[in-house]
Order: sequence, then structure tokens, then C-alpha cells
Amino acid sequence: MTANDMSPDVVAGVVDRVVARWRGDPTCMVQILREVQEACDWISPEAIDRLQTALGVPRTKIEGVAGFYSFFYLRPRGQYRILFSDNVSDRMLGSQALLERLCHNLWIEPGKVSEDGLVSVDRTSCTGMCDQGPGLLVNNLAITRLDAGRIDEIAERVRNRVPLAEWPAEWFRVEDNIRQPGILLGHDMQPGDALRAALALGDDGPAALIEAIKKANLRGRGGAGFTTGLKWLACRNAPLKPGQGRVIVCNADEGEPGTFKDRVLLTSYADLVFEGMTLAAYAVGARRGFLYLRGEYRYLLEPLTAVLERRRRDKLLGAGILGLPGFNFDIEIHLGAGAYVCGEESALIESLEGKRGTPRNRPPFPVTNGYLDQPTVVNNVETFASAALIALKGADWYAAIGTRQSAGSKILSVAGDCARPGLYEYPFGVSVRQVLADCGATNTQAVQISGPSGVCVGPEEFDRVIGFEDIPTAGAFTIFDDSRDMFEVARNYVHFFQHESCGFCTPCRVGTSLLKNLMDKLHNGCGSPYDFAEIEKLNLLLQSMSHCGLGHTACNPVLDTIKKFRPAYEKRLVQKDFTPAFDLDRALAAARQMTGRDDAAAHLVKATSGEDA
Amino acid sequence: MSQTFTLDGQSIPFADGQTILQAATAAGVFIPHLCYHPEFKPHGSCKLCTVKVNGRHTASCTMRATPGMTVESNTEDINAERRSLVQMLFVEGNHFCPACEQSGNCKLQATAYQLGMMSPHFDHFFPSRALDASHPEVLLDFNRCILCSLCVRASRDVDGKNVFALSGRGIKTRLIVNAGSGRLADTNFSPADKAAGVCPVGVFLKKRRGFAVPIGERRYDKAPIDSIAEEI
Repeated sequence: MTANDMSPDVVAGVVDRVVARWRGDPTCMVQILREVQEACDWISPEAIDRLQTALGVPRTKIEGVAGFYSFFYLRPRGQYRILFSDNVSDRMLGSQALLERLCHNLWIEPGKVSEDGLVSVDRTSCTGMCDQGPGLLVNNLAITRLDAGRIDEIAERVRNRVPLAEWPAEWFRVEDNIRQPGILLGHDMQPGDALRAALALGDDGPAALIEAIKKANLRGRGGAGFTTGLKWLACRNAPLKPGQGRVIVCNADEGEPGTFKDRVLLTSYADLVFEGMTLAAYAVGARRGFLYLRGEYRYLLEPLTAVLERRRRDKLLGAGILGLPGFNFDIEIHLGAGAYVCGEESALIESLEGKRGTPRNRPPFPVTNGYLDQPTVVNNVETFASAALIALKGADWYAAIGTRQSAGSKILSVAGDCARPGLYEYPFGVSVRQVLADCGATNTQAVQISGPSGVCVGPEEFDRVIGFEDIPTAGAFTIFDDSRDMFEVARNYVHFFQHESCGFCTPCRVGTSLLKNLMDKLHNGCGSPYDFAEIEKLNLLLQSMSHCGLGHTACNPVLDTIKKFRPAYEKRLVQKDFTPAFDLDRALAAARQMTGRDDAAAHLVKATSGEDA
Repeated sequence: MSQTFTLDGQSIPFADGQTILQAATAAGVFIPHLCYHPEFKPHGSCKLCTVKVNGRHTASCTMRATPGMTVESNTEDINAERRSLVQMLFVEGNHFCPACEQSGNCKLQATAYQLGMMSPHFDHFFPSRALDASHPEVLLDFNRCILCSLCVRASRDVDGKNVFALSGRGIKTRLIVNAGSGRLADTNFSPADKAAGVCPVGVFLKKRRGFAVPIGERRYDKAPIDSIAEEI
């Protein structure tokens, strides 16, 4: 009997309550599954039975969706589900040893559930706490600044079954760490100011607002850099079928490892973001808005819901916004559930519709055929915040900041080997060198900009600048000093992409696994020049044949580090000729574990060179 | 049909709304594919049908033809990339052609021959996948599943039953059936369903019908896949 057992009646009660809260709407499947799991600790067959009747959808649909997201469990994972953030920055801060310590304390193996069904400990992709890591999630709530002492205290509370609500609040404190504010992080806008400025333009307001966004040369902050004004205009001009409306979606699925600026914007600048969304709704004529918040930021749900509630009271949301008849718009928050690919806009929309987060075939694009086939604007958190400032202070003011091709400011999430990790906001055009000096980085060997899907720059490139004309970025700025092994950095990123591949297309589904196996082979000392050539070949195949940006960019960390840190790879090519990845001694690990032996006689003498193997 | 585009130097006529693959097939030009089936909405997941349109890679089963576009398909480079994809599908599952009941009728095998695949090249994953022999008439052998979702689409869109779906993610993506027990016998599946007949490989095997046609006398034994018109 596991600790997760609930009687079928109780489960049915939970399911009915949750389904009613979400209007019995199967497009809210991801939210429904999340709330069922929050109450029941997992999604049991009994829960699926009930969901099937309550929602009127086949079981295959429910299991298909639940099986896609890392944070949904179709098998019991314990009352305490602990996930260590496995970003490279967490590892650099010692997360591996802390994970082992916790497992040792709790007498469990990573990835498995304790025999009494109480607790499980595993790894998860970057949780966005890189400036205050190592981090973990317990039942999807973030704990920061882990150290050995905190790990021991966590183990004690788990063993004593102390409810999470009674764990010290200090553990769950998340700092903003704003080191250098700019126009966004230092703004003085009062809620409603930007909306009032836009409405003051009168009947031509929507068109004038889009014109201003275009003139300000605002480009998307999620990485791709599409011109925001053109996107809004395309959505506004897209034809509507009967019964359809336009939709505004804020992409807060900040999953790129090393990025955490949207977390701070939504913690302390939520009004700016919601104001930007409301302005977009005014510009394109949308009535419905969504904030798609990554599941790792679950703790922000209640504060953000309160901000929305206040804005409704203040007539900044809802029917007749600021007294303007017909200006009706509201925002609903949907949480992700541990799927990086949902940061891709069409996968995000699939997830919002309660489906598996698989990127769609494009064209058509979301501006014409988005949420439930309606014209949809999807913008990044920072893009909406910037749009609000433009509405308030004018296009000319904004366009004068930054560079000619990259107007405005960019918030960088700085982490890794530096004295002062946190948020730094600069006008576009700042050099890598300047950022390194400001955050107190020394002996820097490399900076990974915009996360694993971005670029890795070495010291000879530190005069390059942040901007669409040189290094575009979604915000991550992860620093590695000369003590770090860049091959291991790339290997961590390859593992990340393999874990996050949605599995839809052959090249990415199989290719990221093959790539992971080859990088592990090099790590294990079985690498030869043959494997190196294979790695390069696979990367090129991923780049050309994959379905979406994840596959296209999954090769970036490897191709970049090969180009710039080739010795780190060559050091790994210890075999002259092809050597199989299979290692008999390693294959016997399971036997050693079963017999509880790890003495010398339980190991084979390991071959030392290709000739001996 | 006055509009045309160019495919490997040949002029291909097309009607409004036709994809590159549809137009090419209608004109008698073969483009390798596995997840595409003329009776179902294109899926675009296997990527075998990838071509270069004006120099850019794209799946020809989902890309609509436009007048004057220049498409490359049967080139050394693209066929080499397709061959790698087929090799990936071979090592991802457990495909043992010599002992397989579908040998000679299998599109994966036939496509591998057509593309000149001489070995699986990559290390095998040898996944552990269970059989489902619960149904009295049909055996499901998941070892051969290539996740094309044709049975999913057939069951949903033609049979109206939703017997099949994909669950899991990434390399752990797997085919599931619509039963709490996870067994085909506990679903409303029937061997007469459209879903039972669309598998391009050998997941669906009729019981007590093994090797009714000897190996060597089957569909693709007689003629290579690129010489056979698409079944409608």
C-alpha cells in the first residue's frame, strides 16, 4: 500500500470539483490534470476513469496529454516529489553532490520512489533560479540556495512527514537580484497610465498604437526578434470566421536554461506586463488573453491572480475598460507542466488547447490560425512590458534607446562564474566585455548567450555586442571561467535537448538520443575520431531535417564548442580507432548493485586502449 | 491545372491546395514517405519526404505547391539525409526483417532498399517493448512501431473510435490503446477497422494468418516501392 492511495470516491470528488472549476472544458485539460494531481499526488487510473466521463473525452486523449508533460505522473511518485534543477549552473554550484546527499539521507535511489511510497528524488530541467541556486522543486514549489545543511533539514522534514505549509518560508524565498535597472526595471508607470495614454488618442487609437509600436522598432524578446508591430497588424487584419475572436497570449514559458528575467518581471512588474497585453488587445481588437506560465513558477500563480483581480476592480480589465464601451478584455492564467518545447509558440497554443505540446506545421502561422484556429498574437513577457512603455512614453523616446537595428533595452539573466549574478538591463549594443566587468566575472573562458539554443562566445569575441545585428538573445548569459570543461558544458546541454525533444519528428526524437549517446561515449573514454565525425554529421542532420526550432538549435552548443573549444573534445578522443560504446564492466553495474558488492574482484580489469579492447 | 512548379528539373502541374507530395504523386514522381497516406490529413512527422524548396528543407507532405517554386528531391544529398532517417527508425525500434511477418510488405523495409541502405549504421537502442496478444484476432507488436500515427488518425477520423493514441514524450513516445488495462482486447477495436490496415510496418498482425503469402512473392519483393502507384 502506497502513501498515495485515496479512495475512489474521494478521487471522484476531486475530479468533479476541478472539472467544474474549469467549466467542463476539455481544452483546459492541462490545467485540470495539474489541479487533480495537486490534490491527489498523481493521476491515477481512477482519476482518468472519472475524467473520461466528466469531460466526455476518450481515455487515450487524457493519457496522451498526461504522458507528454514531465510534471504529470501516471504512476505514484510519493507525497513529496523532489526535483533538482539540472542546469549547468546548478551543477557548477554543486547540485550533484547535494542530490546524492539527499538520496543517501532518505535511503533512496535517484529517479525511484521510496519503498514506503513517501518520497521520490529526481532531476528536472533548469528551474530558472540560476542566480540563487542550486535549486529544487518540491511538489512543484521552488526552493533556492541549497546547501548541505538545508538538504539535511529537508530530509528530516520529509521523514517526519511535516506538511509543506509548515516548512520554513525562508527556503521558498525567491530574490529578484536586480543588479542594474534600466527603462523597464526602473520604470515609474502607475497601473493604467499607458492604457489612458493610448485611449487618449481617440477613435484612431488602435491604429495609432500599432503605428507607434512599429515606429519604435520593437522586436520580439523571446529570441526570434520578429517585428512586434507587424505581428499585431497581421492579427488585426486577419479575417474572422463566425463565432471567432482575436486572442492575446503572453509566453511566460521561460524554459531556456539560464534564463530567469520573466520570473522577475512577473514577480515585481506584473502590472507592466498585463498592461502591455491589454494594450495589444486594444490594438488588435482581442477579448481574450492568456498568460502561459511555466510550471516551475507555480508559486507565482496566487500573486498573479491577485494582480489580475485588482486590475479588474480598477477597471483595467473586464468589460468596458477605463469606461470605454466595447473595450472588453480579460486574462486567464494557464500553467505549463514541465515541457521546454511549449516555449515554441505553436506548441504553446497546442498546450493552451489542452493537448500534447507538439509544434504545428507552419504555415499557417498563429497570427491567422492560432488558439482554437483564431487569429492570435503570441509575445514574450518582456515584449509586452516594453510595449507598455512605448504607449506611455512614445515611439521616438523608445527608438532613440539602443542601436539603429535594435531599439530599446534588453534584460540579461546573468549567472555562472561571476561575483554578482542577477538581472542586468542594458540598452541594446552593450558588449559582452562590459557585462562581464559589471557582474564581476574574472578569468572568463566562455559565455553561453541565449542558453543552449543560442551561441557560445570565447574571449576573442568579447567585444561583440548584444543586439539583433550581432548576438540576438532571449536573455540568458551564463558565464564559464577557465576552470570549466566546455565539453561537459555541451554534454549537459545535449542531455537537456534529448530530455526535452517532443518526439514528434524522427530526426529530433532519435537524433538527440544518438547525440547524447555519442557525447556520453566520449565522456566514458571510448571516443575516437570516428565518433567526432559522427557527432558533426548528426548535428548537421538535426539542423536541416527537424520539424521545429528545438531540433534546429539542439546542435548549437556542440557545433559552437567544437568550433571554439576543439581541444576540449580532442582530449576526449582517447581511442585511435573505433571502439564500441559498450563496456562490459559498466554493464555489470546492475549485478554489482543487486549483490551489494563493489570490491575490486567485482570489477573486470578495464581495457586502456583501443588495441586491447 | 495550368499552374506548375519544377521538381528536379521536371515541370509538375498542380491544383490549388495540393501539396508538393500530392502533385508529384499524381504526376507519377515518387518521393519517399512513411507517415503520409493519401486518405489522411498529412502529419509531417517522419520527415522522409523532406525536399528542398528554393534551397530550404521542408516536408513535402505538408508544404503546399505554389506556382514557379523550385523543388529538389531526388538528389544525392537529400537521399543521404533520408537514408540516415530510415537508419534512425531501424535502430530506434526492434526491426528484424528476416523473421518478420511483414517482410516484403513493409514500407520501412522497402524504403530502406529504395534508398540503398546497406546497414543500420547507428548503435541499436534495443528498447524493451511488450507485445499485446490480448485480442483474439489481432496481435500488436510495438517493437516495430515507428510512431507515424496513421492508426491513430484512422481510428479517430475514419472509425470514430479513438482506439489508439501516442503518449509519452521524446524517445519515450509510445503507442497506447483506449483501455484502463492497456489491452487491445478491452477496447472496441475490430479487425475490420480502418486502423487495422494502415500500418506501414508490422505492428498489426492478424492471428493464424502468418506467412500466407511466402516471402519472396510479396508486394515489394516483386517491384520496388518507387515503381508502385500509391494505393487509394
